[in-house]
Amino acid sequence: MNLLGKLDWSAIPFDQPIIMGASGGVVLVIVSILSWVTLKGYVPYLWREWLTSVDHKRIGIMYIILALIMLLRGFADAIMMRAQQAVAAGGAQGYLPPEHFDQIFSAHGTIMIFFMAMPFVIGMMNFVVPLQLGVRDMAFPTLNSVALGLTASGILLTNISLAVGEFSKTGWVAYPPLSELQFSPGVGVDYYLWALQISGVGTLMTGINFVATILKTRAPGMSYMRMPVFCWTSLAANLLIVAAFPVLTATLAMLLLDRYLGFHFFTIDGQGNAMMYVNLFWVWGHPEVYILVLPAFGIFSEVVSTFSGKPLFGYRSMVAATMAICVLSFIVWLHHFFTMGASANVNGFFGVMTMIIAVPTGVKVFNWLFTMYGGRIRFTVPILWSIGFMVTFVIGGMTGVLMAVPPADFQLHNSLFLIAHFHNVIIGGTVFGLMAGYNYWFPKAFGFKLDESWGRASFWCWLIGFYLAFMPLYALGLMGMTRRMQHYDVASWQPWLVVAAVGVVVILAGIVCQVVQLVVSIRDREQLKVTADPWNGRTLEWATASPPPAWNFAMLPQVTDIDAFWKRKQRERTQQAQPPKEHKFEPIEMPKNSATGFVTAFFSVITGFALIWHIWWMAGAGAIGILLTMLAFAFRNEEEIKIPADQIARFEQAYQAEIAV
Amino acid sequence: MNIAVAVDDEVRHEARPSASEAGPAAKRIVVGYGFWIFLLSDIVMFAAIFAAYAVLAHASAGGPSGLQLFNQRSVAIETGCLLASSYTCGLMSLAIGSRRYAATYWAALLTFVLGAAFLALELREFAGMIAVGAGPQRSAFLSAFFMLVGCHGLHVTAGLVWLAVMMAQVAIKGFRATVERRLLCFSLFWHALDIVWVWLFTVVYLMGVLS
Repeated sequence: MNLLGKLDWSAIPFDQPIIMGASGGVVLVIVSILSWVTLKGYVPYLWREWLTSVDHKRIGIMYIILALIMLLRGFADAIMMRAQQAVAAGGAQGYLPPEHFDQIFSAHGTIMIFFMAMPFVIGMMNFVVPLQLGVRDMAFPTLNSVALGLTASGILLTNISLAVGEFSKTGWVAYPPLSELQFSPGVGVDYYLWALQISGVGTLMTGINFVATILKTRAPGMSYMRMPVFCWTSLAANLLIVAAFPVLTATLAMLLLDRYLGFHFFTIDGQGNAMMYVNLFWVWGHPEVYILVLPAFGIFSEVVSTFSGKPLFGYRSMVAATMAICVLSFIVWLHHFFTMGASANVNGFFGVMTMIIAVPTGVKVFNWLFTMYGGRIRFTVPILWSIGFMVTFVIGGMTGVLMAVPPADFQLHNSLFLIAHFHNVIIGGTVFGLMAGYNYWFPKAFGFKLDESWGRASFWCWLIGFYLAFMPLYALGLMGMTRRMQHYDVASWQPWLVVAAVGVVVILAGIVCQVVQLVVSIRDREQLKVTADPWNGRTLEWATASPPPAWNFAMLPQVTDIDAFWKRKQRERTQQAQPPKEHKFEPIEMPKNSATGFVTAFFSVITGFALIWHIWWMAGAGAIGILLTMLAFAFRNEEEIKIPADQIARFEQAYQAEIAV
Repeated sequence: MNIAVAVDDEVRHEARPSASEAGPAAKRIVVGYGFWIFLLSDIVMFAAIFAAYAVLAHASAGGPSGLQLFNQRSVAIETGCLLASSYTCGLMSLAIGSRRYAATYWAALLTFVLGAAFLALELREFAGMIAVGAGPQRSAFLSAFFMLVGCHGLHVTAGLVWLAVMMAQVAIKGFRATVERRLLCFSLFWHALDIVWVWLFTVVYLMGVLS
C-alpha cells in the first residue's frame, strides 16, 4: 500500500516554465506576507480580531478580500486566454499547449463564478444586511464563520492544483462523459469536485443563515414592506441558495461516486445517462445566475435612490419583481441546452418562460430610470457604475432573449455569441453592482472614503474595456467561432480577437486603477475621513458610526417607515428644539469569538486534499478532526460575552460628539 | 360573545405590534426556524436524488431488477423500526418537556436501538445484494438505488451519533437552554427522516415490485 496515494514528485510540473513561474511567484508572495505578519507581531491580533471573529462585518470584509484576490487570479487566466487566441491563427499554435489552455478556461470559469462572484456577493450581504435590518448580528454567528472557512478551503484547494497536479480540463461545467474517469483519469476533475463540494456546503450554511436572519431578526417595527430593497434581494438570493445548492451537492456527489466507486450515473456503459447530469447541473445553475445578480440589483436600488435624493420608484413593484424572478428562475433551466433534443413543445415551453423572466427584470430597469428622473443626481463613483450597468445590462439581457428562441439557439449554442452574452450580464450586472457596492459601503466599513478620481478612472477603463473585449465576440459567434478553441484556421477571425485582447488590456488598466485607488485612499485616509452618514443615506446602516462598533446599535432602532433613517433625519429636522435625550445604556450580550470556523477549514483542506490524491488514512484523520471540532464547539460552556454598559456609553458619547461637529 | 371577542382582539391588536414588527424573535424560535430551513434544503437534495432514481429506475443494463432483488418482509420490519423510533422520539420530547432525566434516557435508548436495528437490516440487505453480484457497479439502476437508500442510511447514522452526543450533553450539562434547543432540532431531524423514508419506501420498494 502506498502511504501517499497517487501523490509523488511527478505531480509537480517542473517542465512547465509558465506554471512553475506562476506558482513560484504565488508561493513567494504568500511566504513574504506571512513572514511580514509574523515579524511585525500581528499574528495574535489577526487571530483574535479576524480569524476567530464571528462578527458579521469582519466576516463580510474577509469574504470580499478573498473575492478580490480571486478576481486577480481569474483575470490572469482571462488575459492568458485572450493573448493565446489573438496569436494562434492559421498554422500558429500560440504559446499555450492544448492541455494547459483547457485547464485555464476551466479554472477561469470555476474561479470567477464560485470563488470571485459568490464570495463577493456573500461578503456584501454579510456586511450590509444585519446593519440594514437594524440588528446586532446574524442569526447564527459561528455558523457564519464556519461558512467562510469552508469557502476559503475550496479556494485554497483550487489554487493548490496550480502547483500540485493539474486542474480540470472539462470546462467549468464538467459535463460527463468527458469528466468521467474513463476520459479524465487525472486528478483535475477531482480537484474541481472536492473544491466545489466543500465550498458548496459553506454556501448552503450561508443561505440558511440569511433566510433565518432576514425573516426572524429585524429591528422592531420593520415589517416586510419596510425592509430595504437590498434585504429583499438578499432574501430572494438566499432562498435560491437553499433551494438550488442541495441539487448541486447531489449532482456532484453522483459524479464523485462514478469516479471513485465505479457507479454508473453518467457513464456510457451500465446504461448511465449523461444528459441527466446536464439537466441536474442547470437546475442548480440557472438559479445560481440569479443568486449572483439579484443582490447586485439590490445594490443598484440603494445607490440610485441615495444619489438621486429620492425614494425608490415603485418599491412594491420592485419587491414583486424580485420574488417573481426568484420563482421563475427554477423553470428556465433547459434553455442552456435546447440542442439536447427535447421535443419542440418542451423547448417551446422553456423558451417562453425565459422570455417571461425578462419582464420583471425590465420592470426593475424602468424603476431605476424613474427613480433618477427628476432627481438631483450626484455623480459619484457608485452611481457611475449603476448607470454603466443599466446600459450594459440591457444589451446583455436582449441578446439573452434572442437566444431564448430555440431555432436561433441551435445556431448560437456554444458559440462565442453565448460567451459574449453571459459576460455581458455577469460583468455588466454582477461585477458592476459589486463595484458600486464596494465604493458605496467602503466608508461605512473603514471610516474613510475611497478616492474619487481613481475610482472614476477605474470605472471608465472597465466600461470601455468591457465593450472592446466582448462586442467582437458577438460578431465572432455569428461568424461561427465556437468557445474554448486553443487555435483556429479562419484568418478573418483574427482581427476581432486582437480587438478583444486590447479590450482585456484596458480592463487590466481598470483593475490597476482600483488597486491604486485602494492604496491612495489608505495613504490619504485622514483627508478622506467621514462620519456616520457620508452620502446622506436613507437606510439604517448609516444610522450608526463608521466603522460600526461590534454591537452595531447601542439601542435597537424603532422603524416606522421605509427608508427608516431618512425619515428619522426629517423628523429630527422639524423637532430641532428638543434637547437630546439622556440614554441609560444596558449591557449587551454578544456571541463569543470561536476558532471553530478556522479549525474546521483547516481539517476540510486536509480531507479534501487527501481525497483528491486517494490518501485514505489522511482523509479519515481529517474527517475525525472535523468531528472533534464540532464536538468541542458543542461542549463549550460560555457562548456569549457581556459588553458592559459603560463601554457602550463611552463609545456613544464619543460618537455623538463626532456627529455634532 | 362574538362581538366581545372581536373588540378584545382589536384592543390587543393596538397594544401589541404584529409579529412581523415585533423585533428580533426569541433564540428558540430563530434556531428552530433555521433548522426547518436546513431540513427543507435537505429534502431538496433528496428530491434531486429521487429524480435521478426515477430516470434510472429501468436502466438495469441486463442485470437484476427491483422485482428480483427486494425482500418485502425485511423492508416491512425496517419500516416498522423507523416509525416506532419516531414514536419513542416523541416520548423523549415529552420527557424533556417535563424535565424527567430517567424517562429521557430510556426513550433515547429505545430510539437509538430501533434506529440501529433499522440500519443493521439495511446493511444486511446491501450485503446480500452485493453478494449476488447486484452491487452499485452493476447498472445505473443499482447505482441510483444504492445512492438513494444509502444517503438516507447515512442520515440515520448521523442521527444516531447526534443522539448519543445529545445524551452526553444532557448528562453533563443538564437541561439548559442550548441543550434543549439542540434536542428540539434533533427531534425535527429524526421525524424528517421518517418522512423521507415513507417516500423512499413507496417509490423504491412498492413501485419497484409493482413494475
